[in-house]
Parts: sequence; C-alpha cells; structure tokens
Amino acid sequence: MSSSPARLVAEELTLGYERRIVAENLSVAVPDGGFTAIVGPNACGKSTLLRALARLLSPKAGTVVLDGRAAGDHPPKDFARQVGLLPQTASAPDGITVRELVGRGRFPHQTWWRPSTSEDAAAVDLALEQTDTTALADRRVDELSGGQRQRVWVAMALAQQAGILLLDEPTTFLDIAHQVELMDLFAALNRRGVTVVAVLHDLNHAARYASHVIAMRDGQIRASGVAREVVTAHLVEEVFGLRCVVIDDPETGTPLVVPRAPSL
Amino acid sequence: MNTLLRTRAATTLLLSVALVAAIVMLGLGDYPMSVPQVVRALVDPSTGFDHTVVVEWRLPRVVSALLVGACLGVSGAIFQSLTANPLGSPDVIGFSTGAYTGALIAMTVLGLGLGGATVGAIVGGLGTAAIVYVLAFRQGVLGFRLVVVGVGVTAMMSALNTWLLMRAQLEVALGAAIWGAGSFSLTNATDAWVLGGTLLLATATLRAVAPSLRQLELGDDTSRAHGVRVEPARLALLVIGVVLVAVPTALVGPIAFIALAAPQVAARITRSAGLPLIASAAVGALVLVLADGVAQHALPGGVPVGTVTVVIGGCYLVWLLAAETRRR
Repeated sequence: MSSSPARLVAEELTLGYERRIVAENLSVAVPDGGFTAIVGPNACGKSTLLRALARLLSPKAGTVVLDGRAAGDHPPKDFARQVGLLPQTASAPDGITVRELVGRGRFPHQTWWRPSTSEDAAAVDLALEQTDTTALADRRVDELSGGQRQRVWVAMALAQQAGILLLDEPTTFLDIAHQVELMDLFAALNRRGVTVVAVLHDLNHAARYASHVIAMRDGQIRASGVAREVVTAHLVEEVFGLRCVVIDDPETGTPLVVPRAPSL
Repeated sequence: MNTLLRTRAATTLLLSVALVAAIVMLGLGDYPMSVPQVVRALVDPSTGFDHTVVVEWRLPRVVSALLVGACLGVSGAIFQSLTANPLGSPDVIGFSTGAYTGALIAMTVLGLGLGGATVGAIVGGLGTAAIVYVLAFRQGVLGFRLVVVGVGVTAMMSALNTWLLMRAQLEVALGAAIWGAGSFSLTNATDAWVLGGTLLLATATLRAVAPSLRQLELGDDTSRAHGVRVEPARLALLVIGVVLVAVPTALVGPIAFIALAAPQVAARITRSAGLPLIASAAVGALVLVLADGVAQHALPGGVPVGTVTVVIGGCYLVWLLAAETRRR
C-alpha cells in the first residue's frame, strides 16, 4: 500500500498535562488512505499524541495541521466532519438504545435549527450495517456484552463519516476473538478508503494490519515506516526492552513477535 | 424509533396529567367547584363570582406552582446531566441554601423587606453557584468534584444561616424563617408572569444548547471529538440551570426535592435515554401542584409547601442512597 501525501500532520509538538511534559518536538505525518499503528510501552506518550491529533489536547508548542490549516483554526464541527475518534473511555447514558447512541455521532452534521434529516438516518443505518450491529439497533446499550458494546461505539464513530478515524486502544478489554474481529473491521474500513490511525498495545496486531507503524518511547518517535522495517527484534528490544525473535506470520507473512523464553 | 415515540407519548401524557391536576386544584377551597365549572369560569368572564375566584384568587397560585415545578424540574435535569450524578441537583450542591443566605442577609442584616429578600436570594444563589464553580474548576469542571464541593459549601452556608437567624430580632427571624420554608401563600399574578417569562426564555435558549447537553452525557472526549465546544456549552447550561432555580427561589423561597427527584422520576416513566428535559418539567409541575394542594387543603392551618416537599424529599433521598449503595 503506497502512502499519498498526508492530510493530518503534527509539526514539532510539545505535549503535556499541567506541568508535566510528555513529549517534545514530535512530528508525525499521517499517510492518507493508510492504516497507521502507533505502538510503544506504557506511558510513552502514544495516547497523548493521538489526543493531540484529535484536538482533545492543545499542544503547548507546535501545531496539528489538517488540510494545510492549523487544527485550532477549523471550527470544531468542521474538524469533526473530517476527523473521527474512538476514545478509550466513553459513557452511554442510562437506557439509551443502540440506534440512538449511534445517531449521536451525527452531531457535527447537525445544527440546532435542523436537528435530524434522512441523511442522518441513512448514515446511522450504514454504520450499523458496517459494524454488523443492525440486529442490535433497538436493544439497550447497557444490556450488551463487552464485544457488542465496543462495536456500537465504533458504529457511532463511523456515523460521523469522517475520512480520518483515530482509535485509542480500540481492542483493550476484549477477548482475542473479538479483538481480531474488530481489527478485521478496521482493515475493511481502511480498504474502503478511510484513513485509520490506531494506538495499539499488541505489536502483532500492528504488524499484521498496519501499513505504517510508528514506534514511540519516552515521548519520542524511535522508528516509523512499514511494519517489516519497524517490527524487528532489534527495535522491539530497544523500544519495549523485550528480548524476542521475529518470524514470519504463517498466515499473512507479516512480522510476528515471539518473546524469548528466560534463559536458565 | 418506537422508543422515541414511546418517550414522546409518555411526555405528552405527563403534561396532560399536570394540566388536569391544576384544573382540579382550581376547584378546591372554601368555595368548591366542579371541573366543568372551573373550565367555564376560566374561559367565560361573564360567570361573575366564579370567574373572580378562579382567575383572580386561585389561578396565580396554581400557575405559579406549575411553573416553579417546571423550572425546578428542568434545572435539576440539567445539573444532574452535567454532573452525571443523581445527587448533583441544585438544592444539593448549595444553590438553595445560598439563596436563603442571601435573603437572610437582606432581611436580618440590611433590614430590607420581601422585595429585598428577592434580590438577596438571587445574589446569594448566583454567588454560591459561582463559588462552587470556581472551587470545583480544574481544567474544566468535573461532575463528581462539583457535587462534593457543593455539599461542603452547603454545610458552611447552613451554619451561616443558623447564625444569621440566631442574631436577628425575633419578628424579623420569624418572617425570614417563613420565607425560608418556601410557600405560595403570597404569590400573585405578577409572580406568575415573571415565572412564565423565565421559563419561556430558558426553553428558547435550551433549544439551542440541548443537543450539546446530550453530547456531554457521552463524556468530554467524545463531545470534543464530535465538535462540541465543551466549556462554553457547559457554562451556558450552568447559567440556564442557575436562572431556572434562582428566579423561583427568589419569588417563593427554597423548595426542596423537586429538582432532585423530578428528572429521575421522569426518566423512569418515559424510559428515555438520559434525563428528559420536557418530561422533567412536567413531573416537577405535577408534583409541586399536588404538594401545594396537600399543603393548602389536606393539612391543618395551611402548611408551607416547602415543608411538604422536604418530607417527600427526605424519603426519596433515603431510597436513592439505599439504591445507590446496593448497586455498589
């Protein structure tokens, strides 16, 4: 998959909370049409970077640029029509149905004098269909299983119909079957033209699904490029401090990280 | 889709029940009237004495009760949604107590009458809300912190109120205490118009910000990702919520429980997602009209309605705390 020029770019960001600086001088270009995975050990700043790209966190220095214009200069709803986000934590109000919740992703397309249109209904139907949640549409969100609920949150992000979709650890707390199911869904969306950027915990998911991998440690980017170049035994040890061998995934031929057994 | 229809039907039903209750209330009193009699008296000025009794004597009180209940219900729904906490209602987080403090200072320290108490209540209520907001603010106001700070400030204000009452002259203290109980016995047509205007203005503004409120229920991150300007939206909602509790409190005194319970009751009846604004208004109006009916007609000696709602509110609070504890 070749990467076209980036629509979403981070230029020399300094990121942090209150007085704590998480990352300095961070520059990233999100390849348009690609599937970018951001990996790294805990507290390396990967989620912070994603929050900055999503405009949830304003950088202390530097700028996030969308389509050649500083993210902060886009009206919030305009930005939201271009960049969607699946946050790590979200709460559903008590008693809300799946269809209603997914419909709330249409907010950036609505104005207070024209709240809901047939276009919105069509977008919700499509999002339900893409996430295979149509059958759940009239169920209450609080009755669903963890895997179903996560698909519903994805559907809400899809209803936003943004060309760039940011995912913050989308598979955490799911069992392995649901993790793979969700990653396959993101890959399918990416093939349909959605630019995907995902913060991932599982290196093997990153290696298998991503067209572009960014490896971070201590608030810095240590490597970025195609999985084959980034996911190497040398780099995994440098970034994660894990001794491993990297073999070819027997299914896909992509790199597969196998941790070494402790030498006795 | 059918859930949306059911919510709408339940809301319409609640509004109609509140209206019917109000019409029944208009017929109660030393000069009892049947419902058809009341309706005729309402629409036909040539009914003479009936018209005078219904429109001039009873209507302002009943309409005020409806409107105060509606204002408090909506205010409660806004605050509880913003704090994501069924306890995060304006009476719990210090507003009513602060309004009472303002009225007490006006009456007992500055020696002003009821008019002064009205202004004092608004200043006291807004001041307390501002203090709570500033103390709870840290990179945005979070719901839980708002409740905790509010409860703390309420405790301090209660102590201050007791001290103000203790040091006041007996008759002044008595007048202040009666205001502090919350009563419709002195409401007139002007009050009803002021309340109506307030509710209308708040509703018009809410139409614009209610969608943002629905987004805020999903959490700040999701709201921002959907393009909500989170802090301005939250501030606008807080101001509307405060006005909806400030104006009624200033006019009739602090009335507990309605803002706390109406949104929760409305949400359960309509089975809506989150706390419904219009249904909360309907439940608030219905409960307050009925409570005022009980205060006026069922209890001896004309008890202030605030006392009735405090009793119901106490029971509700015990139930709520028990239910919340069981859930943990």
